[in-house]
Amino acid sequence: MASGNSVMCLLADPEGKPFGNPLYLPQNVGPSELNILVNNLQNNDEKFPYAFYVNDKELLGQLGAYLLENNVSVEQVLKIVCQPQAVFRVRPVTRCSATITGHTEAVLSVSFSPDGQHLASGSGDTTVRFWDLNTQTPLHTCKGHKNWVLCISWSPDGKQLVSGDKDGHISLWDPNDGKANGSPMNGHKKWITSLSWEPSHLQTPSRRFASASKDGDVRIWDSMLRKCVMCLTGHTLAVTCVKWSGEGLIYSSSQDCTIKVWETSQGKLIRELKGHGHWVNTLALSTEYVLRTGPYDYRTYQFSSSDEMKEAALTRYNAAKRDSPERLVSGSDDFTMFLWEPSINKHPKARMTGHQQLVNHVYFSPDGRWIASASFDKSVKLWNGSTGEFVATFRGHVGPVYQISWSADSRLLLSGSKDSTLKIWDMRTRKLREDLPGHADEVFSVDWSPDGKKVASGGKDRVLKLWMA
Amino acid sequence: MPQGDHIELHRKRHGYRPDYFERKRKKDAREVHKRSAFAQKALGIKGKMFARKRYAEKAVMKKTLAMHSEKTKRRKVEDNVQEGAVPAYLLDRDETTRAKVLSNTIKQKRKEKAGKWEVPLPKVRPIAEDEMFRVIRSGKRKTKQWKRMVTKATFVGPGFTRKPPKYERFIRPSGLRFTKAHVTHPELKCTLNLEIIGVKKNPNGPMYTSLGVMTKGTVIEVNVSELGLVTPAGKVVWGKYAQVTNNPENDGCINAVLLV
Repeated sequence: MASGNSVMCLLADPEGKPFGNPLYLPQNVGPSELNILVNNLQNNDEKFPYAFYVNDKELLGQLGAYLLENNVSVEQVLKIVCQPQAVFRVRPVTRCSATITGHTEAVLSVSFSPDGQHLASGSGDTTVRFWDLNTQTPLHTCKGHKNWVLCISWSPDGKQLVSGDKDGHISLWDPNDGKANGSPMNGHKKWITSLSWEPSHLQTPSRRFASASKDGDVRIWDSMLRKCVMCLTGHTLAVTCVKWSGEGLIYSSSQDCTIKVWETSQGKLIRELKGHGHWVNTLALSTEYVLRTGPYDYRTYQFSSSDEMKEAALTRYNAAKRDSPERLVSGSDDFTMFLWEPSINKHPKARMTGHQQLVNHVYFSPDGRWIASASFDKSVKLWNGSTGEFVATFRGHVGPVYQISWSADSRLLLSGSKDSTLKIWDMRTRKLREDLPGHADEVFSVDWSPDGKKVASGGKDRVLKLWMA
Repeated sequence: MPQGDHIELHRKRHGYRPDYFERKRKKDAREVHKRSAFAQKALGIKGKMFARKRYAEKAVMKKTLAMHSEKTKRRKVEDNVQEGAVPAYLLDRDETTRAKVLSNTIKQKRKEKAGKWEVPLPKVRPIAEDEMFRVIRSGKRKTKQWKRMVTKATFVGPGFTRKPPKYERFIRPSGLRFTKAHVTHPELKCTLNLEIIGVKKNPNGPMYTSLGVMTKGTVIEVNVSELGLVTPAGKVVWGKYAQVTNNPENDGCINAVLLV
């Protein structure tokens, strides 16, 4: 037993920069001791929990045991990568606390507000409904659309909800009283596929948002002036997804197999990212979760002024981004995904293959470490968020997986599928954590609230289910 | 020259009679009254035939009137909201509709216990034993007649091994053994080639059920894991019952309809 011996270790951060000089550590240290050590080295005021990885494998037990298992030589310096983890821990949801009826047609999209106080859903019965989370009953029914409400999106400051429908009309709603802010805005000629707000660290209160449509344009609207301020044309086929990045660029993916990068002051095309062989279905940014939740995190929900909100949003954004440029991942019908660093290079950083059917939804974890992809081949795959390397596959669904959602601490992943079940996967064990059956028909949309307490899901059976721990 | 041609010739040479148009107008005006009088007075088959013709004329007239007045009629704007709402990522894809989730598992379990089934073919033609089996003579002088060969389609299962030929009473020829069935889903109207798991009940008797004989009306169990069905409790369904709808020994294949 080599428990008395020591080993030379070098502690490094996720980007590879070492924390100091190599140290001699006894072999019976485990993750808890390493935690204390790293916190002291970093002189952290708040003790962050860390996860430790040696050669991309997580260190769960004592160092000595790991060395024995993997036959690592003690002669060389052992590099241990320390990943900071979220301080708060989200508990996995296990039961359906409420099944709320109300919609008379399939529920097409559900979304929690960034502060986690409101829940909205859009449906095929042309209404947008707000739901009360405390009593788990319907709150407001917003009529105004004349065709299916396909997508909804909350502004990052949580004050407005925008919804797009199958005719191409866009409406704004106020969550407090359920009233529309004026009549629907027209401009697009075909249905809206995606909506994205300008991040709150660039502008508070949130005014501008972008919409993508089947007719091939991306339009930028101003919610206060209630009109379209810019129209970005260039795609030849339907635009499937649009994302407004924290650096002030707009990324749009389309069925013409390209992704275009636009700048937002004049609406000019900066770059075109080519590489896919078939429709690009979905985009995800490494800072997407932070942009979506804006200034709100698990501690603060109230702000006194919009400047304070902007400051808070900016600090959160910088913490999530660290020093590296924003990364973009795109999933396509050609069964592969590409990892790009669009502000630097127009060539992809990595190509992620492995799926056997089209990739429907990709999502970066809130801390940017992992990329999860949901595909019609009934599996969810996990990839490394910085390099794009394949990490694990989650199998369990018996039908195409439609949408995924991360918990706010990046430890749990939720997936909803055509087989009417939702499944929660654990990142530490890389296995199924919870199985949530209960829906009577396909699950079209899932969302985990930013405070981590509730999960909402809606689908073809026209009910909205709320799940709690 | 025929009479009509004389009149035409006269018209070409001298034009119409001076009072022609007035007389025509008045005659046409009288037509209406004449027609009405005829309709009221005509009896018997003549009346019926006229009534039928007149009804057809009136229907066409009403339609054209409605068509012409559409411009002036005020109508509510129709909502062209279609059924079957799908989210944006499914809009450009046409997916084949799949079987819906089982909603009556409990009822099925109860029925299974009772042994009663609501099947598409409740009554089948009873099959006599001499039609089902053929006598095989054995022995040195071919006088022993205790062996029987099954003449209908059978299912034996993957782990089947024959009994030693000396003791085998029922012979199931391998040419009549089937492993797959063409199963039709009654609502989706799609037919799939599914593996047979077992023979549940043959209406001709329990002996045939135990032998695995499949005739028309037999209830068999098929492997439906391809369909991706899930029960409300979250369990995956992999076996369902189906009833055979053809005579497999005549066709060479087993056609069945799924019992949902």
